[in-house]
Amino acid sequence: MSAGAARWASEQVLALAPDAASAKAGAKLAAPGPWSGTGAGNGAVWGLCRGSGSKPYLTVVDVAGGSAPGYRCSCPSRKFPCKHALGLLLLWAADGDAVPEAPGSVPDWADQWLSGRRRREEGKEKKEAAARDGERAAAPADPEAARRRAERRAARIAAGAGELERRLADLLRGGLAGAEQAGYAAWEETAARMVDAQAPGLAARVRELGAVPGSGPGWPSRMLEECALLHLLDRGFLGLDGLPEPLAATVRSRVGLTTEVAALLADRDALVRDHWLVLGGHESEEGKVTVRRFWLRGRRTGRMALVLSFGAGGRPPELALPVGTRVDADLAYYPGAPALRAALGERHAAPEPEDAPPPGAGVRGGPASYSVALREDPWLDAWPVVLSDVVPVPDGEGWQLADAGGDAALPVVGTAGARSRMWRLAAVSGGGPVTVFGEFGHRGFVPHTVWSGAAPATAVPLTAAGTGGGTR
Amino acid sequence: MSWGELVGAALLGAERRTPPGGSVEALLDAAAVETVRRRAGLRPAVAARRPEPAPDDPRPPLPPAAARRLALLLTDRPGTGGGGRRGIAPDLAELLPQWLAAANAHGYRAPAERLPDLLDAARARTDLRGRALTLGGPRALWLARLNPDWGFALRGGSGRAAGLPVDGTGEPDEAAVRLRWEEGLFAERSALLRALRRHDPAAARELLAGTWPTERAEDRLMFLDSLREGLSGGDEEFLERALTDRSRNVRVTAAELLSALPGSGLAARMAARARSCVALDRTGEPDRLVVEAPHECDAGMRRDGVVPDPPPGRGERSWWLAQVVEAAPLDCWPEHLGGRTPVRIAALSVADGWAADLHEAWARAAVRQRHAEWARALLGKPSASPAAAPGDPAKLLTVLPEGERAEWVAEFIAAHGLSEAFRVLGVCAVPWAEPLGRAVVDALEIARDAGSYPWSFSGVMGLAERCLDPALADRLAPLAAVPDESEGGSPGAGGYWSEAFQRLVATLRLRATMLRELEPEAGGAPAGGRAAAGPV
Repeated sequence: MSAGAARWASEQVLALAPDAASAKAGAKLAAPGPWSGTGAGNGAVWGLCRGSGSKPYLTVVDVAGGSAPGYRCSCPSRKFPCKHALGLLLLWAADGDAVPEAPGSVPDWADQWLSGRRRREEGKEKKEAAARDGERAAAPADPEAARRRAERRAARIAAGAGELERRLADLLRGGLAGAEQAGYAAWEETAARMVDAQAPGLAARVRELGAVPGSGPGWPSRMLEECALLHLLDRGFLGLDGLPEPLAATVRSRVGLTTEVAALLADRDALVRDHWLVLGGHESEEGKVTVRRFWLRGRRTGRMALVLSFGAGGRPPELALPVGTRVDADLAYYPGAPALRAALGERHAAPEPEDAPPPGAGVRGGPASYSVALREDPWLDAWPVVLSDVVPVPDGEGWQLADAGGDAALPVVGTAGARSRMWRLAAVSGGGPVTVFGEFGHRGFVPHTVWSGAAPATAVPLTAAGTGGGTR
Repeated sequence: MSWGELVGAALLGAERRTPPGGSVEALLDAAAVETVRRRAGLRPAVAARRPEPAPDDPRPPLPPAAARRLALLLTDRPGTGGGGRRGIAPDLAELLPQWLAAANAHGYRAPAERLPDLLDAARARTDLRGRALTLGGPRALWLARLNPDWGFALRGGSGRAAGLPVDGTGEPDEAAVRLRWEEGLFAERSALLRALRRHDPAAARELLAGTWPTERAEDRLMFLDSLREGLSGGDEEFLERALTDRSRNVRVTAAELLSALPGSGLAARMAARARSCVALDRTGEPDRLVVEAPHECDAGMRRDGVVPDPPPGRGERSWWLAQVVEAAPLDCWPEHLGGRTPVRIAALSVADGWAADLHEAWARAAVRQRHAEWARALLGKPSASPAAAPGDPAKLLTVLPEGERAEWVAEFIAAHGLSEAFRVLGVCAVPWAEPLGRAVVDALEIARDAGSYPWSFSGVMGLAERCLDPALADRLAPLAAVPDESEGGSPGAGGYWSEAFQRLVATLRLRATMLRELEPEAGGAPAGGRAAAGPV
């Protein structure tokens, strides 16, 4: 028998929304009007929501424990959680009277599902624990076969890298000037060859290369940069045996050789447990996949981490971490240098809001940390950094972030999205110093989150990461 | 080897000239080294000129739940609810003006991160501007100065957000006031004048008089308009001088303001003119008025703001009469017309078909002079035919106290139903008082039982969603049930009515929640500073 779960904050609920539209629709339902028979208790929240049909929808959410919440709703929506579940949780979060505490009176329809779900959860946990023990006890089933598979794949990628090298050499023999006419199609074909060679990392870089000639003034310089870095990656992979291990791991991940999350998390000794502050979040569509990125910073370790979550086929990514909260959780860093990307393991408690900005560096900290990171990974486009005591300054058509005290400033990358981000950032700053989290790289600074200079300094996300914020 | 040389060689191609290092391999190697070197060697730029920091806004922040509600209201674009007025979900965009008014009444400031959304909304919807800019406060104006898209915030009379500069004791800082008056943007000066007028009407008038001759005509007009608030006999001398202004619009506005001062010289002159035009019939029937409209618009009348040229389709003399009667103080009539009360004067018959002109002019005078007794007399009984009322009943109603207004409209609806009620409902205080709310709900129920479609009443229904007292939600809930199809009713109307009432109930509940969220206690925010929120 689990105790009644503590009411959540509305932000926590909204972070679960699969997209902005769902968040909005859920918030509209967060009024007592359409609801009846609501209640909370036994680690669950339930209620009946009147829709346009004659029968109300039966909605129940399992909010017990630190693991992901479970939802059940009789509505036909394919969104998960649906707007009814979100609306019910928001109502519960905001209004004690509208969803009364009633642990003894869980309705049958809710109880049936709940107990079924909890039985399944228990079973799953036991199975997982058994699997973990099993992994430790026995090495992979057939190490010899796995080794042969890996060798075959490495050989294919090497062949792809070799072909790419010939393509780059041809390009530079004919001259980049000709590349402007050659167009996109030729690169798209090469990218397809890299996919065949099982090197998605190379394929992605080749595709970007194809877009450079159309990228406006100064493209030849950017084209040469991209060609040179691609060449460097090819050479790196072809000479992998001669590289020190951290760099070799970086090269492997850059060409697209991935590491199994399960294997990472299985190595209990390598887990880093800390209170991780969610510095920022960003969601983007990459092909048919929705990618959510969350940047974290450990309170004890001071380490940065980047956690990715994917949603394929129009489904939203599963992971939702509210920006500005702290999560007590295990993290496993992927191999490679510098260590940034990580997998999120067990969460030991629900996220808690944090009302102080993270410690940061001055404006010079941007280029400084980027250059240190480049030493270990020359292919890095940008590196996450917290800037404290900076002021947004309009600079012609674009923006800068300037040191509040000195005269140094970082240019802000001038994309269309950056414009609306900067207006929000400027509004929070009011011309005064603020703390900003973002990424600094060779294109400039991209802000993600701002903390105002006044107390309490709550985090204001400048981009939407499934939280329903952000307009324009 | 410089980066420029490497790029030059790459552009040209190795077939035309041997690249640096002797091969394309060497060129790529060198370019890779140089690329990483350049990136690793990046340095900060030199900061551009910083904007002045935004002025402080001492008002308290919104309670957290209200701040979230604002974010939601601002992201709900009209029409996203899908399919016009159908459906049961509240139309959030329609609730935004009310939410802003309530938040401003509490004296809150907007969350800084919402200012861009607030300014965008105000840009798209002029009906929001004043209230949005008030909530946005000085920081919204500061932000608007940086973005030409939000230039509207700095123009026009809506820039009421800037407060009055005060010294340590809370009194206006005279030097700072003068500096802003002399050097500020138009919106800042306009806001300053209004704020000062509210605090010390005479000081505001003197500030304006000091620079009056040097102001542009359109600015003079806007500034003059700000004297409407706190108008008193002390303003008469200044306004008399403005009667000779170069700009006709300024002259007309000055005359209008003077005519709203019943003790002014202009009012007395107009009273004399009006009395010479309207009199009791001494020769014929006893209870009858005779009207002799002015035969010319002389220089004196022109100076007092009478516009000589009538609009198309209107006779000169009736045009002059209307202006003279409208500008004459209403209190001059009872004595002139045998001691009759306004009710009895309005009931007198009028010779030669002048009744409509005369009553219309009196109605306008009642609105201009905020004369409740006359407004009441001219409005007549709410049960009388609406076609017979002179002037605009909705405007006359605004002169009456709120409670009386609501009662009048309630009786009007009981007598005439909802089809004529839209305009008069629009001027009633929100939330609607009990008798009015009941009258509207009864009328809606009658319309439903009659079997007509709800969208015939969609205007009133929309108003009811925004204006009914949220406390009525529970009483309305039973109406949301689907009624039996009535004989001779429109097919399916019952279902649509059910939807319309569901939506009404849902909106009322949402409004109740919205208003509760703005209460400082409910949101957990300290109430401190509310009284000190002052000039907004």
